[in-house]
Amino acid sequence: MTDVDTSSPTSPAAIDAVPLRHPWRWVAAVVIVILVVLFLYGAATNKAFGWDTYAKYLFDKRVTQGAWNTLQLTVYSMVLAIVLGVVLAVMRLSPNPVFRSVSWAYLWIFRGTPVYVQLVFWGLMPTIYKSVQLGVPFGPSFFHLNLQGLSIPFLLAIVGLALNEAAYMAEIIRAGISSVPEGQSEASTALGMSWGMTMRRTVLPQAMRVIIPPTGNEVISMLKTTSLVTAVPYTLDLYGITSREIASRIFEPVPLLLVAATWYLAVTSVLMVGQFYLERYFSRGATRKLTTKQLEALAKAQMGEPHP
Amino acid sequence: MTPMVQAQEVCKSFGALHVLKGITLEVGRGEVLCMVGPSGSGKSTFLRCINHLEQVNAGRLYVDGDLIGYRDRGTKLHEMSPRDAAKQRRNIGMVFQHFNLFPHRTALENIIEAPIHVKGVKKDAAVARGKDLLDQVGLSEKANAYPAQLSGGQQQRVAIARALAMNPKLMLFDEPTSALDPELVGEVLGVMKKLATEGMTMVVVTHEMGFAREVANQLVFMDAGVVVESGPPREVLAKPQHERTKAFLSKVL
Repeated sequence: MTDVDTSSPTSPAAIDAVPLRHPWRWVAAVVIVILVVLFLYGAATNKAFGWDTYAKYLFDKRVTQGAWNTLQLTVYSMVLAIVLGVVLAVMRLSPNPVFRSVSWAYLWIFRGTPVYVQLVFWGLMPTIYKSVQLGVPFGPSFFHLNLQGLSIPFLLAIVGLALNEAAYMAEIIRAGISSVPEGQSEASTALGMSWGMTMRRTVLPQAMRVIIPPTGNEVISMLKTTSLVTAVPYTLDLYGITSREIASRIFEPVPLLLVAATWYLAVTSVLMVGQFYLERYFSRGATRKLTTKQLEALAKAQMGEPHP
Repeated sequence: MTPMVQAQEVCKSFGALHVLKGITLEVGRGEVLCMVGPSGSGKSTFLRCINHLEQVNAGRLYVDGDLIGYRDRGTKLHEMSPRDAAKQRRNIGMVFQHFNLFPHRTALENIIEAPIHVKGVKKDAAVARGKDLLDQVGLSEKANAYPAQLSGGQQQRVAIARALAMNPKLMLFDEPTSALDPELVGEVLGVMKKLATEGMTMVVVTHEMGFAREVANQLVFMDAGVVVESGPPREVLAKPQHERTKAFLSKVL
């Protein structure tokens, strides 16, 4: 090893330049701040916004329960949709023609009809199919369930939302899978991995980088689509509570819309934080930049310490 | 003793396009066979037939006496199930032109992936073996680096280690140095040379005539889906018999 001496006395002094000024940025920022302040002042002094009502209902027990119900609807239906979406996407790309057609038909139906209509159908399910039986067709029955006796609008809402969303998730996941270079599955195959293992261990983890951003979109979109579950009818979600349960009784729609909007925004913000960490996890190896851990190890090696 | 690779009249076509038109050759145990020829001559396709990444349309291909891709039930051949095909591939290592390392796994993770998940080797044992292999290809320092942080030559050496981790009896190299900067070619060829001297059976598609001359037992010149000429590399390279071989060699040598 030859050591290059970088601290020679003749080395040039570090540059101390005057930074480039950006006057127009300041002008634009000032204009925007003035406009925002004017709007806020207008909103605060405008009686129609009903800020006292807003304050009264923002943390109302029914409203917080509604927000919680909405969050639950979102999370449960999204989890179901993602699982089903992965299955559908993998089926769509599988070499098996039966899988391919089933997946295609599913997408055709569930993307091709409005989610509102689907939710109404799920709500009517206990009326259409009065009971569920498990057994041999035209033969003995082993299991009997009376659907009409159950009160399950929450479950039906989740199923309705999830089955619709799964069709969209399937396409997002398919796009992600297709974005992984063919050489990856080829290398896995050459190592003796089965098709399923190649998908699970090689392709899907790499596809995640492409899948997550649009899935974040879908989650946030789902949060707001839950306001349609009134079609089931399920009425205890955030929008149902604020608009029908409270606003229509006290005849003050504007402050309660603001209450609902505030909660939707709050939940969305939390979900965006989650997305940030997920994206960071699945971008492992995507850049040449060294991770903090690797930098530490290298620094230690430079100091002459042994490897951990 | 049966040869490691035995190809009899192997044909492969993609639709109406005939890529291989009856390849017959043998690779003995511990031998190195180098395949050269213009692009589109079918070298890579033949290599991919050996581990059944492509299915042979006609002829027979045997690795270590086993028919590749089909079950011979006396009167008729039956297509092999994906599970059985995967089992055959475990014994055949492959190194690609573009490395195809798993970018979301570190060098070491790339190497231990298949032993653990395909062969069911215990993690400790796989890691020990993986570190040993990294050492053999001169990259023990880079165990925790992701592929994107490695140079092309380093990536290809990791890829070779990854293939070796399955303890293959045959190694296939598909233009392993074609995507590398000229200064990095040597380090990869060095690893391959060492492997050859250790007795590994190898089939190498390459444009490195120096490597072929020095390491190969047999040189095969392919053009338009047929073997035009084959023999000991020194003879073929020095005194090519066929016009097409002469024309090709005059351009690359």
